[in-house]
Amino acid sequence: MTFYSPVITNAAEVAGSEKLHLLRYVEDPDQHKVEKFEEHGGYRALKKVLGGMPPEKVIEEVRNSGLRGRGGAGFPAGVKWGFVPKDSPQPRYLCCNADESEPGTCKDRVIMERDPHAIIEGMAIAAYAIGCHLMFIYIRGEFGHCIERMEKATEEAYARGHLGRNIYDSGYDLDMIVHSGGGAYICGEETALLNSIEGERGMSRIRPPFPAIEGLYGCPTIVNNVETLSAVPHIINRGADWYKTMGTEKSTGSKIFSLSGHVNRPGNYEVELGFPLRHLIYDPAYGGGILGGRKLKGVIPGGSSTPFLTPEMIDVNLDYESLAEAGSMLGSGAVIVFNEDTCIVWAILKLIHFYRHESCGKCTPCREGTAWLEQIIRRIERGQGKPGDIEHIEEICDNILGRTVCPLGDAAVMPIQSAIKLWRDEWQYHVDNKKCLVKSEFALR
Amino acid sequence: MILTEESIARIREKAARYPIRKSAILPAITVAYRQVGYLSEEIYGEVSQIIGVPVVEVAEAATFYTMFPKQPVGKFLIQVCHNISCSLLGAESLISYLEEKLEIKKGETTPDGLFTLVTVECLGSCATAPVMQINQDYYENLTREKVDGILEELRSKS
Ligand SMILES: Cc1cc2nc3c(=O)[nH]c(=O)nc-3n(C[C@H](O)[C@H](O)[C@H](O)COP(=O)(O)O)c2cc1C
Ligand code: SF4
Ligand code: FES
Repeated sequence: MTFYSPVITNAAEVAGSEKLHLLRYVEDPDQHKVEKFEEHGGYRALKKVLGGMPPEKVIEEVRNSGLRGRGGAGFPAGVKWGFVPKDSPQPRYLCCNADESEPGTCKDRVIMERDPHAIIEGMAIAAYAIGCHLMFIYIRGEFGHCIERMEKATEEAYARGHLGRNIYDSGYDLDMIVHSGGGAYICGEETALLNSIEGERGMSRIRPPFPAIEGLYGCPTIVNNVETLSAVPHIINRGADWYKTMGTEKSTGSKIFSLSGHVNRPGNYEVELGFPLRHLIYDPAYGGGILGGRKLKGVIPGGSSTPFLTPEMIDVNLDYESLAEAGSMLGSGAVIVFNEDTCIVWAILKLIHFYRHESCGKCTPCREGTAWLEQIIRRIERGQGKPGDIEHIEEICDNILGRTVCPLGDAAVMPIQSAIKLWRDEWQYHVDNKKCLVKSEFALR
Repeated sequence: MILTEESIARIREKAARYPIRKSAILPAITVAYRQVGYLSEEIYGEVSQIIGVPVVEVAEAATFYTMFPKQPVGKFLIQVCHNISCSLLGAESLISYLEEKLEIKKGETTPDGLFTLVTVECLGSCATAPVMQINQDYYENLTREKVDGILEELRSKS
């Protein structure tokens, strides 16, 4: 089996930095082995925590660090952990979300492939903080190599006493299960993920109750993304105040951005939050500019579920607040770049096809709405659009937004709404002239 | 029995770790799929016996997940990502190229039973697009030349 993705990273820059940490060792071919991980300071944070840091203190430290969820919603991790009832007699569970299915996103994979123990250590600390004794990592089923890596790393962690009974003689017991999925994007949504682990169809649950109160097997459960949990050991080792020296006031720390599409150097780049989007795309150390010297047409800054930015809007910083102000979202940090040869109707068709395919079918606005949208948009794309189609799309979008059980419905319509708002004349041209204004013909190299 | 002793042992070992039996459904069908290459009614029946969960519950969960083919496929299942990042870098042209080379349309299997060609959604490999997965392996940063080499290698292996 092939193990290493040939993806470009800025690991060298990270290694030379005093602060960046997530990708520091990912170019070291032995980092996935427990000995190497320990040599690089691994499991020190877990030892510190189990050596006498009370769980509340761990939660407080993570809360003070300002660390926010890197899976898409950006909810503060420490605050979420604090929702777990202190005195519940029920078991508590932790699930690490490694479903990584949001189009454009390919960052968690690199950590799983190359630094799997960083995830296990982060998970173990979180588990201890919430009083959990059985934790899961839910990995998308296609990632066979990551599943194998995580399974091997889990075995090693047991063998070295980082997991199992009475870890480091602390009296704390912790088990871990690597659970793999079956190719459904919706299983990345936290409640669908829990159903999937329970052996049900991976469909979302109505909230409340939130998983922190009633999650896996009806017990208090925390779901966090791979990247979120991987940052935790660093916060424990170096402290919340250190973590806050990175990023902005409300978006602290660093984040991995997956840069894809029409750039010269697509890759995974760890930068401090607040990093300028323009730099990420154009700086030779990162994206290196638009592929083939073409002009920029637009950018999706946070994964396929987030609204577009036009070239006039890219002087924005990559942090939660700045992107929200610009009318989009940080999401999972997947920056997708489109050049001037991209037909916007064609691009949207790819996305709506995806959301229609991945809708779990539980609620009508999402199930029926995404199917209609795909039908109409496909018709327009094929040059069979009719007057009123654009308005009809807008109407369907309005009827989905905010009316669904889980955020997949919103995720499906937000990019469409923004694409119509920003490039309405192009949609109109498509309907009126029965063809693209620009033709997306991207040849295989 | 379709499932081998080894698969059964693996399923038992995995199932034993979960607090409830039903949780073993997905791990069990994954083991079965890795052995057989697709899922079927017979497999749901065998899994149901091994983990002690009613067969309807196994089938209900299994049919939700698109990653597992529900009928036999070629020896090499070629899954081309046709989502956005890959399409920007030529996924459509990659699909046509494969159709031409294999002389089949997407969704079909070559008459010699070697290759099945399908499209899939984002494979989580967007910064190394275009991408395809053949059985378990990822092939990234694809070019015509790479595709030629990969098909040749697979043909010689079979
Ligand atoms: C349709 C959908 C898909 C999602 N996919 C993922 C995913 O693949 N990985 C992930 O970490 N979070 C995903 N999320 C977000 C999770 O529901 C959840 O917010 C997250 O795992 C919480 O972890 P965090 O707070 O550390 O980000 C998805 C959400 C939705 C609505
Ligand atoms: S919004 Fe879509 S994916 Fe979410 S629960 Fe409803 S039908 Fe399922
Ligand atoms: S879009 Fe093809 S792997 Fe993500």
